[in-house]
Amino acid sequence: MASFASLLCAALTQAETLFDYQLQPVQVAEGTWVVPGVPEDFSRSNGGNIVNIGFIETSAGVVLIDTGPSLRYAQQLEAAVARVTSQPIVAAIITHHHPDHWFGNQHFKTLPIYALPETLGAMVNEGDNFADNLYRMSGDWMRSTEPTPANTALADNTLSIGDHTFQLIKLKGHTVADLAVLDTNTGVLFAGDLAFDQRAPTTPHADIDTWLASLDSLGDIDYRLLVPGHGQPAPDDRAIQFTRHYLLWLQNLLRQSAQVGDVPTDVINKPIPAAFQEASLVREELSRSVIHLYPGLEANTLSTHKQGGYN
Amino acid sequence: MTRHVATALIRLLGLVVLLGGSALARSGLERNGADPLDSPMWENMHERFLAGEDYVFDAAIEVIAPSYAEDSLNVPVAFSVSGIENIQQIAVFADLNPLPMVLRLRPVTVAPAMAFRFKLQQSSPVRVAALTDDGLWHVGSAWIDAAGGGCTAPSVGMASGNWTETFGTVNAGFFPRESGNRLKLQIMHPMDTGLAEGIPRFHIEQLQLRNLDDDSLMAELELYEPISENPLLSFDIGAVSGVALEGYDNNANTFTADLVNP
Ligand SMILES: [Zn+2]
Repeated sequence: MASFASLLCAALTQAETLFDYQLQPVQVAEGTWVVPGVPEDFSRSNGGNIVNIGFIETSAGVVLIDTGPSLRYAQQLEAAVARVTSQPIVAAIITHHHPDHWFGNQHFKTLPIYALPETLGAMVNEGDNFADNLYRMSGDWMRSTEPTPANTALADNTLSIGDHTFQLIKLKGHTVADLAVLDTNTGVLFAGDLAFDQRAPTTPHADIDTWLASLDSLGDIDYRLLVPGHGQPAPDDRAIQFTRHYLLWLQNLLRQSAQVGDVPTDVINKPIPAAFQEASLVREELSRSVIHLYPGLEANTLSTHKQGGYN
Repeated sequence: MTRHVATALIRLLGLVVLLGGSALARSGLERNGADPLDSPMWENMHERFLAGEDYVFDAAIEVIAPSYAEDSLNVPVAFSVSGIENIQQIAVFADLNPLPMVLRLRPVTVAPAMAFRFKLQQSSPVRVAALTDDGLWHVGSAWIDAAGGGCTAPSVGMASGNWTETFGTVNAGFFPRESGNRLKLQIMHPMDTGLAEGIPRFHIEQLQLRNLDDDSLMAELELYEPISENPLLSFDIGAVSGVALEGYDNNANTFTADLVNP
């Protein structure tokens, strides 16, 4: 055991020193790969490799679904793509404005990088703040990364690249604009962060009611494989179900807590239901979600009282 | 050593010392002992805010905060005191904040407990120190990691210019709890720290809570710059069901409201 542990330790240390994300594309359908991230938050050990990035080989070249958390990641992603196909990368489609999904854009900036108009705006507005946070959390893995917003706004409902037609499903709720991309050639649905599986959903820009409605829309789509933003790809709707159950639990917990007068730190320490105890980062994300979402609910339980006003 | 390892070590040390503290409680806590969080500023804090008086680190003071601030402008904290009588005042401060002093509470009839949100500029201990009538400060601590920027940012209201629309409004709610009524009150106020360029210090300084029935004093409170914009403060007020609020800010605006459990 000891020798295994020390070997593992040595391997991790080496990965950190070399800033090698060790990206391993997994083929999930014909001409379609997912590069899976770890079910963790940004850290100096994972360098921000916490997200699923997809890529599809078309007759015109390779299309990326999201570009990853850093410049180094994007460079290594290009190399990983080249290990499984001889086609060049020709375009990227960004699902939403959270930085783990687009901080690799810089490396592909001469190509068309597509995103919804609201996502473009949010990238411009929040990119610098995101960069501050990621440099602090992921450290030198971020070296030379500059937030580079997408360069092409998506207006239509479909996008054709080579022999592939992508259906663009414009939703929201996880953020101000969440794009789900269905590859009509293969039936693979890239759900972005509307769907998480066995990893607590994140809520810094969430509107839970809107998000739940978007999950219903995702469920209506005829797909053969669903790739969540975080968690395992699967042929069924388990990621949609997991995300829905989690969000309903969170919403009820926050509402009920506000009604009985709990203070935020009471809610942060509430018990986690058995259904989510195996999932990653539930306690951490509950704490973050209380900070994002509880102030509004708490203020709503108060009413204005007769007052002398101020003078 | 990575930040996480360092933080974990600090927490572990804190735990060990806290356990040690409660074991020592029977025979008396160690006076003026080492800071369980090993903050470089502890001695400075002790001189500035506890007047250099005797203290014990005491697990009877519970400080609850998230381990990571997430929103540096709104870091929720709650504290409570169990098994200590005759508390004269409670001081709350964050060692490594550019403006460390957060609030002082003099609990007359309210429980020695509160919840509030505050602005945190960088990772720091947050301390809650309760002074008992024997002149000893009982100190509880929690460590909060933060990304920063909490104190040098302008208030949202001041930055957007619309703070005057709601300025001075008091919102409140009463909640029956096991231990009696909980009062949450919110005063709409920018609470600017003076550290954001071109925006002067502007914050509520003093609040008093009185029992509406007999005008008796329930609590006095001093608020300082780090308290978050539109402060939302929670108190456990026992059986009281009507509270007269009075207060003022550093620009001599006064705030009064009668808060009644409907
Ligand atoms: Zn996201």
